[in-house]
Amino acid sequence: MSALQIKKGSSKHSAYNLRPTFSDVQETHTITVLVENEPGVLARVIGLFSGRGYNIDSLTVAEVDHEGHLSRITIVTTGTPQVIEQIKAQLGRIVSVRDVHDLTAEGSSVERELALLKVASTGDKRVEALRLADIFRAQVVDSTLESFVFQLTGTPDKIDAFAELMRPLGLVQVARTGVAALARGKV
Amino acid sequence: MTRQMTGAKMVVQALKDQGVDTVFGYPGGAVLPIYDEIFQQNDIRHILVRHEQAAIHAAEGYARSTGKPGVALVTSGPGATNAVTGLTDALLDSIPIVVLSGQVPTFMIGSDAFQEADTVGITRPCTKHNWLVKETDKLSSIMHQAFHVATSGRPGPVLVDIPKDVQFATGEYTAKPQAPVGHYQPQVKGDLETITQLVEAIEKAEKPVFYTGGGVINSGPGASQLLRELVEATGFPITSTLMGLGAYPASGKAWLGMLGMHGLYEANLAMHGCDLMINIGARFDDRITGRLDAFSPRSKKAHIDIDPSSINKVIKADMPIVGDVGHVLEDVLKIWKARGRKVNREAIAKWWQQIEEWKKVKCLTYKQSETVIKPQYALERLEALTKGRDRYITTEVGQHQMWAAQYLGFEDPNRWMTSGGLGTMGYGFPASVGVQVAHPEALVINVAGEASWLMNMQEMGTAVQFNLPVKQFILNNERLGMVRQWQQLLHGERYSQSWSEALPDFVKLAEAFGAKGIICKDPKDLDDAIMEMLEHDGPVIFDCLVEKHENCFPMIPSGEPHNKMLLGDAQATNAIAGKGAVLV
Ligand SMILES: Cc1ncc(C[n+]2csc(CCOP(=O)(O)OP(=O)(O)O)c2C)c(N)n1
Ligand SMILES: [Mg+2]
Repeated sequence: MSALQIKKGSSKHSAYNLRPTFSDVQETHTITVLVENEPGVLARVIGLFSGRGYNIDSLTVAEVDHEGHLSRITIVTTGTPQVIEQIKAQLGRIVSVRDVHDLTAEGSSVERELALLKVASTGDKRVEALRLADIFRAQVVDSTLESFVFQLTGTPDKIDAFAELMRPLGLVQVARTGVAALARGKV
Repeated sequence: MTRQMTGAKMVVQALKDQGVDTVFGYPGGAVLPIYDEIFQQNDIRHILVRHEQAAIHAAEGYARSTGKPGVALVTSGPGATNAVTGLTDALLDSIPIVVLSGQVPTFMIGSDAFQEADTVGITRPCTKHNWLVKETDKLSSIMHQAFHVATSGRPGPVLVDIPKDVQFATGEYTAKPQAPVGHYQPQVKGDLETITQLVEAIEKAEKPVFYTGGGVINSGPGASQLLRELVEATGFPITSTLMGLGAYPASGKAWLGMLGMHGLYEANLAMHGCDLMINIGARFDDRITGRLDAFSPRSKKAHIDIDPSSINKVIKADMPIVGDVGHVLEDVLKIWKARGRKVNREAIAKWWQQIEEWKKVKCLTYKQSETVIKPQYALERLEALTKGRDRYITTEVGQHQMWAAQYLGFEDPNRWMTSGGLGTMGYGFPASVGVQVAHPEALVINVAGEASWLMNMQEMGTAVQFNLPVKQFILNNERLGMVRQWQQLLHGERYSQSWSEALPDFVKLAEAFGAKGIICKDPKDLDDAIMEMLEHDGPVIFDCLVEKHENCFPMIPSGEPHNKMLLGDAQATNAIAGKGAVLV
C-alpha cells in the first residue's frame, strides 16, 4: 500500500465548485438568438436557463421573418465570463437555434426597451411627474384627472431611473417589454 | 419521389429507408395503426420488451454495439413516461436512438384525454431534440430529420410524438434523399492552427498522457484505429474513461487502465503528474477530475470534442479543438508525420520509468479467499474463460460495474456497454438484450448486481421469447454494495436500507421463465459453473454468491484530487469527511 493517507476533514473544496480557476466577476451580457419559429422553441431556451441554473434578467421574443419562419429571442443574462461562454455554447447546441450572438462581447450595439408606467397622484406631485416625463421624453398615452400612463423607450438604465423618480410621485404599476437589441453597423 | 400513404405506413417506410432492421417496443392504443403496419411486413423485426424503459435501454445496447441508431416504439402516456429514464441515460452517454411515441389524436390534445401526457414537454430536457407531428404530410421528413439529428454531431436520443389521427390520415411520403435535413450541420473538421499547436506540444512533451472517452467510440471504428496508430507512433501512455474502454486495446503496451474515481493508481497519477494532457472525446466529468482546483495542476491541456459546450465547461483547455475525433486525429497524424514524427524520446522513457514505479503498487490486488468467492476473482475467471471469444459485455450499476471495468479487458470498441453518465440501475439486462439481437451469434454477458438486476428482471420474458442466449452474471453480495460502501466510508457504518432481503431464488426464477439457472458459492466450483453457463445455448441467470462486504478500490474520495487515492480498507474508514460528504 502506498503512503498516501487522507487526513480527516481534509476535503475543503466541493467537486461542484466548478470554477476555481476562472474569474468570479459577474458580467451582464445581451445575447441575441435567431431561432426557427416552431412550437416549443421558447420552452427549449427557457428550459436551458432554468435547467442549468443560469439567470434571465430579461427575455423578449417575436417573429422577425414570417417567410423564413424565424424568431429573434433577446436575452439579458448575468454570470461569470465562463458561465456566459457556457450559455452561448449551450444555446448553440439547441437544434432549432440558427445562430447566437453576444452583442455585449461583439462590439457596439443598440439596446432598447419600452415601458408603460401608471402614476396616480394629484396636485404638485402630478405636475412634477409630468415635468419629469417631459425631461425623459416619455409620452402620455392615457390620462384621467388622477392618473397618467407614461410610455417610455430607452435603455433599461433610463427606464430604471425614470421609474425610481416616479416612485415617490405615485407610481402604481409598471409593465416593461424587456430588451430588444441589434448590433450597430451594416451586418 | 413522393407517394400517398397513411401516416402509420410512412413510419414503417421511413424506418426501412433509414436501414432500420429492428425496433424495440411495446404496443398500446395510441400506436395501434403503426403496429398494424408492422404486422403486415417482414423487413423490420419487432422485439416485444416487457417494459418501455427496457425498450430504450435495448435500443441503446443495439446502438452502442453496432454504431447504428437504435429504434424504440412506445404508446402515449405511460408508455412515453416509462421511456424517460432511458432517454436521459442516452442523453448523458451520447447514444443515438430514435424513439417513436404515440399520442392522443390532435383534436384531443390538451383535454386530459385517456393516456394523454405532454410527451414533448416531458422529454424536452432529456432528448437532443423532439417533435410533435401535427400533419401527416410532414411526418416522413420529420422522421428522416430525426435520424439525422440523432446521429450527427454529438449523438443523442430524439423523440417523435405521433398523434393517432396523424397515423390514420393519408399524406405525401417524402423519401430520404428528398427530405430536407434542416440547418443542423455540426462542425467536424478541427481548427488546423490549434491542431498544429497540439502537434508542437506532442513534440516537446516530457510527461504526456492521452485521456480518451466515449467520443472516440462514437466517432466510429476509424477513430479508434487512428488513435491506436497515434499512441503506437508516439509511445505516449493512454488511459480512458469508463465510456471509452476498448478504443485502445487493454493488451496494448501503452495502456494504463481506466482512470477516475475507481480508476487505476497509475492512470490517475499519470493524469495528476503529466505535463501534457490530450483529452480526446472525454468531458472532464466529476468522476474523472475529483477536486477541480487540484486537478492535474502542471499540465497543458488539449481538448478535442465535437460539442463546443464541452470545452471550458469544467476545465480550462489550453488547446481547444472542436471537431469529430476521427477527423481531428487524422489531421494530427498528418501534420505530426509531415513535421518529422518527433517526440522527446529520452523524457518519455523517463516518464515510463516513473509509471512503471506506480504500476508496482499493483492497485488491483485483493485478498483472495479459499471459502468465499471474491467478486474480483469471479471477474478474473470470467475474463480468463471468455478471452478471445466474440464477446460483448454490459453491466448494471454499482460495485460490480466498477470491478468489471477494472478486471475485464476490452480489445475493441463497441464491446462494452455500461450506463456511465446517468448510472442507471436496470440498464444492463435490457441493454444485453439489445446487443444480442444485433449480434445473434456473439457471447453477450451482463455483469450485474443482484439489486440492479431486479430492476428490469421482467426482461427474462423477452430473452426467452426471442431465444436470446444472454448470460446474466449476477455478483450477488445481497447488498446494494456501492451504497453500503459509501455508508461505511461516510456514515459511520450505519447501513441504512442497503441490503437486499427477500431475494428470489435465482435458479427457480430462471426456471420459472423457462431459462437456465446456475448458482455458485464455492470458489472451487467457479470455473466449471462459468463453463456451464457459456456452453448453454440459451439465456442463463448465474447467481454468483460473493463476499458481502468487499469494497471497491482504488477510490478517490469525493472532493479529493487524484493523488489522494485510497487503495484499501486500512485507509478507508471515515475517509470522506467535511464538505466531501455532500458530494455524490
Ligand atoms: C435507478 C437507480 N437507483 C438508485 C441508484 C443508486 N445506487 C447506485 S449503486 C446502487 C446499489 C447497486 O446494488 P447492486 O446492483 O446489487 O450492485 P453492487 O453495488 O452490490 O455490486 C444504488 C442503489 C442508481 N444508481 N440507480
Ligand atoms: Mg449487490
